[in-house]
Amino acid sequence: MGPAEIKETILDILEGIAPDEDLSGLKDDVPLREQLELDSMDFLDIVMELRKRYRVQIPEDDYLELATMNSTVNYLTPLMKDLEKV
Amino acid sequence: MIANPATLRPDHERIVITGVGLAAPNGNSLPEFRDALLNGRSGVSEYEIRYVGKTLAGVCSFDELRYQKKKELRRGTRAASVGIYCANEAVKDAGLDWPNLDKSMVGIYIGVTEHGNVETENEIYELRGFDYDTKFWSHHHNPRTVANNPAGEISLNMGITGPHYTVGAACAAGNAGLIQGAQMLRLGECDVAIAGGVSESVRTFGIFASFASQGALATHSDPAKASRPFDTERNGIVVAEGGCLYILERLSDAKRRGAKIYGEVAGYAMNSDASDFVLPNPTRQAECVQLALRRARLAPEQVDIVSTHATGTSSGDVQECTALRSVFAGSEATWFNNAKSFIGHAMGAAGSLELGGNLPAFADGVCHPTINVDTLDPECALDGLVVNEAREKKRVDVILNNSFGMLGINSVVIITRI
Repeated sequence: MGPAEIKETILDILEGIAPDEDLSGLKDDVPLREQLELDSMDFLDIVMELRKRYRVQIPEDDYLELATMNSTVNYLTPLMKDLEKV
Repeated sequence: MIANPATLRPDHERIVITGVGLAAPNGNSLPEFRDALLNGRSGVSEYEIRYVGKTLAGVCSFDELRYQKKKELRRGTRAASVGIYCANEAVKDAGLDWPNLDKSMVGIYIGVTEHGNVETENEIYELRGFDYDTKFWSHHHNPRTVANNPAGEISLNMGITGPHYTVGAACAAGNAGLIQGAQMLRLGECDVAIAGGVSESVRTFGIFASFASQGALATHSDPAKASRPFDTERNGIVVAEGGCLYILERLSDAKRRGAKIYGEVAGYAMNSDASDFVLPNPTRQAECVQLALRRARLAPEQVDIVSTHATGTSSGDVQECTALRSVFAGSEATWFNNAKSFIGHAMGAAGSLELGGNLPAFADGVCHPTINVDTLDPECALDGLVVNEAREKKRVDVILNNSFGMLGINSVVIITRI
């Protein structure tokens, strides 16, 4: 999976977590929590969905890497490069 | 007309109902529910749930998104969603000046039969797909399953900062929640109580499977005919979901703001059988009814309508009728009915829903029936049982509502016209 597909995956997960929000204008370099109503439990949902769908384990120390779309994709690219999008 | 004994108390100690919000399998407001009860409209339908398969249930169809965002629905529980709908509807119905009300003086007291089964079953079902590796167990599990969840989600949704909790009271919970609300008002713990009961029980396979194993799950080729208390062909319980929450206030406050008043909580009682896990004890039930009557300073013959608890099981219905005959023998003016025959057993919501369905009788003077009685079981014969068709009473001043539950928990609430 490349960066574009990883971004699609994250957007798909966000759609489920924040179903009331319009994601079309999401800025990739601005923290997600500044653009969406996301609290810590929602954030954990992102982590859990990645674990459930792709068995990707994100250690708690790395959670800050998921701040923006860009940082998330950058962080996940090496972890997901050998995975197929589901 | 009786002299209202509750007038012996000062107005600030008298508790009145000023708002009703409900979700029933056959109505999403009190007028809709009442109309269904007067016109014989059942809310029972075919239903399917994992492992158990095809069965019957009373399922609600209220607009979940009227008061909740999609995200709140995803995160929260069905019981809370029912509660949020009912609480918001009740506040609206009461005509409270909600934006300017001191939310720290609003208390939330929600009766539940059980809570957490639905969410735990769902999580275990999901976990099976991950070979029971608990790394995949949801972080939402604890906030969804804590026992105060349905009340807590109402506080979050409505910005209520007063006390909130649930009252776990098996199928007596609807009355128990209402009683708790009245008591807290009398103690000065709140100025407005949101009180009653809710249930999400149709979403747990365990409750269906357990009733089936007990030989107490109703079956019938026609869903509308499945819940049939007092009939010789009754064969068990139809599980239902729903909720009914009341706005309770002190009479002095209700008068001050010129509120519409449905009735007064004139008396109540709770006691315990202390005799069996599941088999009701008519002696203790009768004692509970008598205690509520004594506290309301009413004689049995002054009760116009008794809303029975009967669930459609072979022994439970007989036990309650035995209790009622012992209290109401000779009370010719007392009529009896049953709302479970329409909607099934709404568990934690049953007591409050069944009371709610009768409250309009103060205004319209009509006693709704118990339906599906084709052949009355002689052991369930009660003089004054209103069978299959609504019946007009000249005037209704006193309604007594029974609600009993497993482990021998009994509750009775008496509401009087004001």
